[in-house]
Amino acid sequence: MYNADLGAVWLTLKLASVVTLLLLLVGTPIAWWLARTHSRLKGAVGAIVSLPLVLPPTVLGFYLLVAMGPKGPVGQLTEALGLGILPFTFPGLVIASVFYSLPFMVQPLQNAFAAIGERPLEVAATLRASPWDRFWSVAVPLARPGFMAGAIMSFAHTVGEFGVVLMIGGNIPDQTRVVSVQIYDHVEALEYAQAHGLAGGMLAFSFIVLLTLYTLNPRAGRVGQ
Amino acid sequence: MARHGITLSALLSSLLLAVAAQADEVQVAIAANFTTPMQQIAAEFEKDTGHKAVLSFGATGKFYAQISNGAPFEVFLSADDETPARLEKELLIAPQSRFTYAIGKLVLWSAKEGYVDAWGEVLKAGEFRHLSLANPKTAPYGAAAIETLKKLGVLERVEPRFVQGENIAQAHQFVATGNAELGFVALSQVYKEGKITSGSAWIVPANLYTPIRQDAVLLARGKNNRAATTLLDYLKSGKARAIIKAYGYELVKTN
Repeated sequence: MYNADLGAVWLTLKLASVVTLLLLLVGTPIAWWLARTHSRLKGAVGAIVSLPLVLPPTVLGFYLLVAMGPKGPVGQLTEALGLGILPFTFPGLVIASVFYSLPFMVQPLQNAFAAIGERPLEVAATLRASPWDRFWSVAVPLARPGFMAGAIMSFAHTVGEFGVVLMIGGNIPDQTRVVSVQIYDHVEALEYAQAHGLAGGMLAFSFIVLLTLYTLNPRAGRVGQ
Repeated sequence: MARHGITLSALLSSLLLAVAAQADEVQVAIAANFTTPMQQIAAEFEKDTGHKAVLSFGATGKFYAQISNGAPFEVFLSADDETPARLEKELLIAPQSRFTYAIGKLVLWSAKEGYVDAWGEVLKAGEFRHLSLANPKTAPYGAAAIETLKKLGVLERVEPRFVQGENIAQAHQFVATGNAELGFVALSQVYKEGKITSGSAWIVPANLYTPIRQDAVLLARGKNNRAATTLLDYLKSGKARAIIKAYGYELVKTN
């Protein structure tokens, strides 16, 4: 394998890891809220979280490019904070991917939390467990399959990201040139041998991820239901 | 039952008519830099000849891959002369159909007024975060940009600030949205009727890069399609040449 390809593989794994960790932090409270709330906003929030499942990545990429650009609201904020603009940077890709993979974390978690039901938490409450304690000692262990499924799916989905990266990445080595973009480049440059190497690797990786998921937890692999 | 039979045959015959009416349709693959002029030429072509041109725009390298894998294109307007030559060698085009329809010009462009000076000194000053260009591996305008930077002796210095568009249209879009302060694009993308349409630009002198000869070919699939051959002739007509020229391309002298 060539150095540029290795760089792309490494960058992709780094991106997917960072995004998965962030999604655990961001997705857990959203999923918890969605699973337990009776608020009228539940439908709206659920719909927003699930948008990336139906939107073409080009829509997401286009809006992110415009919003994070120097004329967009996010871009003006980041410039005012002295951070520069986010497109064409690794942090920019991370933020885009968090949006893009959000439903893949939230939905399995939400299902897992909802499946626990009220009873175990009420029992814990009668034993004087605080809400915080109830969440960590009861909900999290019981929702473990949901966390597994959410983390695996988010990681895999970020690895497979292409359209959004193409729109906002700018194809910069070690910053934004992920495996999917590198494969696309190889194909366009007629370097079919290198394209095969990476594409075959992606195929094997994706299969192993899904196989692991369905073997460990046959029910949790169903995202989007 | 009989009524159904009649409706069915009516439906079939209208379908046949539709197919007959579409027989003079040509599928054209066009390099992204030629998007706007081609839309205009196709409109005139349809008006003048009654044929219909179905246009697909994209990167030259991608079209090559698609054509050699059986894409249904009948005419190909490339952004270079190497790709059509390769197609010719692989017998994927009609013999002797290859000709240069335009010679592309490279321009350093910014969406901001007064940002790019008339001599391209902004490249040497280097006070920008992002310089946009088309992927030099696959896009002729990207390769011309690299050649220019090399000749100017600033390639190493500005390379870390490259952002690459998948094709020249995306390279232009990065600059147009302000995400890159400046970039190398095709003159045709920012030029109309003798002047730059917006922002500021430096038209890169022709001695800094190899001329971008853009060749058109009749693909093997289009050999027997009258609309395809008519379109290629139309591209050589005075009307089409005037449109091509208006977007800043040079033309090969006709004999």
